[in-house]
Amino acid sequence: MTLGEIRDILDAEVIVGKDKLDLEIHTAFGADLMSDVLAFARSGCLLITGLSNPQSVRTAYALDIAAIAVCRGKALSEKFIEIARELGIPVLVTRYIMFETCGRLFQAGITGCIREVHLEDKQRAQ
Amino acid sequence: MRSEDYEEYLECSYEIEGRDFIDAGIVSSQIKKGLKSKGIPESIIRRIAVLTFEAEINIISYAHQGTIRCYVLPDSVIIEAKDIGPGIEDIELAQQEGYSTADDAIREMGFGAGMGLANIRKSSDTFEISSVPGEGTYLKCVILLNGK
Repeated sequence: MTLGEIRDILDAEVIVGKDKLDLEIHTAFGADLMSDVLAFARSGCLLITGLSNPQSVRTAYALDIAAIAVCRGKALSEKFIEIARELGIPVLVTRYIMFETCGRLFQAGITGCIREVHLEDKQRAQ
Repeated sequence: MRSEDYEEYLECSYEIEGRDFIDAGIVSSQIKKGLKSKGIPESIIRRIAVLTFEAEINIISYAHQGTIRCYVLPDSVIIEAKDIGPGIEDIELAQQEGYSTADDAIREMGFGAGMGLANIRKSSDTFEISSVPGEGTYLKCVILLNGK
């Protein structure tokens, strides 16, 4: 699915990356907690989050996350937008809540970048 | 290997102020940008960016000030994070997933889930930590260029 299609499904506004609407994205990870994103998300996925501070962008950059969809219609600071532009990470804002955002995308064929956290992931982490 | 042994491979060094939440993550981004220009595989750079981010968040969240250094050796990358701060009383406990002493400011930033040290360890090939309560904490992570 392209970023443009994701925008349409989420009735979202493209804040950064209007020139990247043909970017292909197949997986997603949803969380407000960047600690968990850093521990479990995978490169190339869409990050769905309600955390509207610049740490979302920096986390996405660290992991080579393809794009960010900010849910619950959160207002973004200038700093957030500036860093996303600088790091080349597309940002969408949707008014849908996280559950609705994830549900719509899942129904349209986007899958989780991992399905579940396995015991071995945790053991590896200890 | 002690830091004197690889001092010549120092790539960059960043000073970090405790409680400087606004710029949290900038050191990780800078180190990542620097490593990208060196032809290091993306999956390895990602691991380095993740563990540097976690180390940076730890310094900002808990220490008075700290330094993160990145060394690029022929066969590995070494990330050292050293801080002046309260230190860690029980290192074993601090590495347990879910254990956290984070306050509201840290949680508002999206961190403080008690995943940091565990994730740093998971992202490294070799991980060393030492801490003196009341003085500070030292972390050394080795990432092999042909590892994991």
